[in-house]
Amino acid sequence: MSRVSVFERLFHAAFLVFILAPLVVVALVAFTPAGYISFPVHGASLRWFYAILNHPDFISSFELSIELALLSSVLATLIMLPLALAIGRYWFAGRDAILSFAMSPLTIPPIVLGVALLRFFALFQIQGTFIGLVLAHMVVVMPYVLRMLLAGVAGLDRTVERAAISLGASTFTTFRRITLPMLLAGLAGGFILAFTASFDELTVTIFVSSPQNTPLSVALFNYISQTVDPLVASVSVIIMAITTALLILLDRLYGVDRLFGGSK
Amino acid sequence: MADTASHRMRAATPYWLCTPGLILLAVLLAVPMLMTFLLSFNAYSDTAGIIHSWSLANYAEILTDPYFASIFLRTLRVALVTTLACTLIGVPEAYIISRLKPRWRSLCLVVVLGPLLVSVVVRTLGWQILLARTGLINQVLVGIGALPHPVDLLFTETGMDIAMTHVMVPYMVLAVWTSIRQIDPRTEQAAHSLGANGFTTFRRVVLPQIVPGILSGSIIVFSLTASSFATPELIGGRREKVAATTIYDQFLTTLNWPEGAAIACLLIASIMIIVFAWNRLLERRYAAAAA
Repeated sequence: MSRVSVFERLFHAAFLVFILAPLVVVALVAFTPAGYISFPVHGASLRWFYAILNHPDFISSFELSIELALLSSVLATLIMLPLALAIGRYWFAGRDAILSFAMSPLTIPPIVLGVALLRFFALFQIQGTFIGLVLAHMVVVMPYVLRMLLAGVAGLDRTVERAAISLGASTFTTFRRITLPMLLAGLAGGFILAFTASFDELTVTIFVSSPQNTPLSVALFNYISQTVDPLVASVSVIIMAITTALLILLDRLYGVDRLFGGSK
Repeated sequence: MADTASHRMRAATPYWLCTPGLILLAVLLAVPMLMTFLLSFNAYSDTAGIIHSWSLANYAEILTDPYFASIFLRTLRVALVTTLACTLIGVPEAYIISRLKPRWRSLCLVVVLGPLLVSVVVRTLGWQILLARTGLINQVLVGIGALPHPVDLLFTETGMDIAMTHVMVPYMVLAVWTSIRQIDPRTEQAAHSLGANGFTTFRRVVLPQIVPGILSGSIIVFSLTASSFATPELIGGRREKVAATTIYDQFLTTLNWPEGAAIACLLIASIMIIVFAWNRLLERRYAAAAA
């Protein structure tokens, strides 16, 4: 391993500044005591966090986003668990095709998936409803859930299950008492990743939401399209805080190294 | 008999396990995508809405109208510039991170890759504030005398390139880092012991081994940039429209869904063709270099 030269250290520092600058700037603006965005920020105040309380639309969007992320992640996990078990433990004709099909929402541009779902939901008149949002988000988060579950299934020690069966446990008991507990880290990891993906999703969501059902990402996007003021910065800081908390939780459960190091 | 029956049942098990997921994907993914493709052959009028006729009129209009040509060219330009910028800064960064002490390495990876999990709207908001006429970048550039007066960066293609590079560069670092991890460190040590300096080692020993990582990273960055919506819409705005923001306008503002669907199909087709050609070209070159 060669030493990192001074020039490389400078490059590295500049790179980190580039990566962090926009996020730091948003965080700084959120705490500004001024009534508008200005630099440098003098002093600190929480006035723009209190200002969120005067915008009930942001608060109801936030609640909607949480409900949407919870429900779509739970449903996606329930549906992907048997599929992950099938792909991870059996060899069968069409296995690779099924896997690529299940991962394909990741490779379809969200803008195209968004218009496709809008077109489809319009036929059944569920465009802009909560049900439509949940269905759309299930499709979006399914690949993330599947990826984490497959990693979990690959790490299962099958001898423990065989031991349970040889001791007279039924297939269902073995699944419930042995397989499921061993898969818990993968399940939790998949769920958290799905929750984050759903909470942040914008492009698909914008097509299937409506003024009655506006998740936080869309509400923030719409607001920013009109004006940029410290209020959107304080809302963004709350979003970043939630993401960071989830990331730390995921790291404890799963290891961020493994999360990003796994096969893409 | 009972044995074959139970055997057959077991052979069917994986298919049963896949059924709920496959039904959901068929209904919510395959059918809507197919319907969008079919929609692109329909016609539209301001008074009657979507007309169920079958023609290539939408495609003919998009492919011959210079307005749409300029949009697709801008999309291509931004995607290429972003891919190039991500390669130029992402590859060295991944190499530097890989040689840091383990504790620093984990921390830097979290800092560089963490933004992938932060909402793209939040990241773009940061660039809106930074790129504004009174923003930090203009203040610094004017302050150090690099510019006589503030320039417009917001609602320009340059601004879009900068923000897109920021949004996409973690994917490049991730792809390259994954392939650096697979390098045998002894090849670098050998180069050093034979007297190669740091740059020569990188160029002659490390770089050839991480070409696959750079290739997959650039494909990810290119295809995601070419179809990205939020950053071009917020940074480019009305003035600098790209394919994705045009699709958005067709579907939600002008309501010409058939034409929007045709743009969507053309966008997917162009991305697939470019990525495929790119892959083939580099694969052949790489094979030739390895031989």
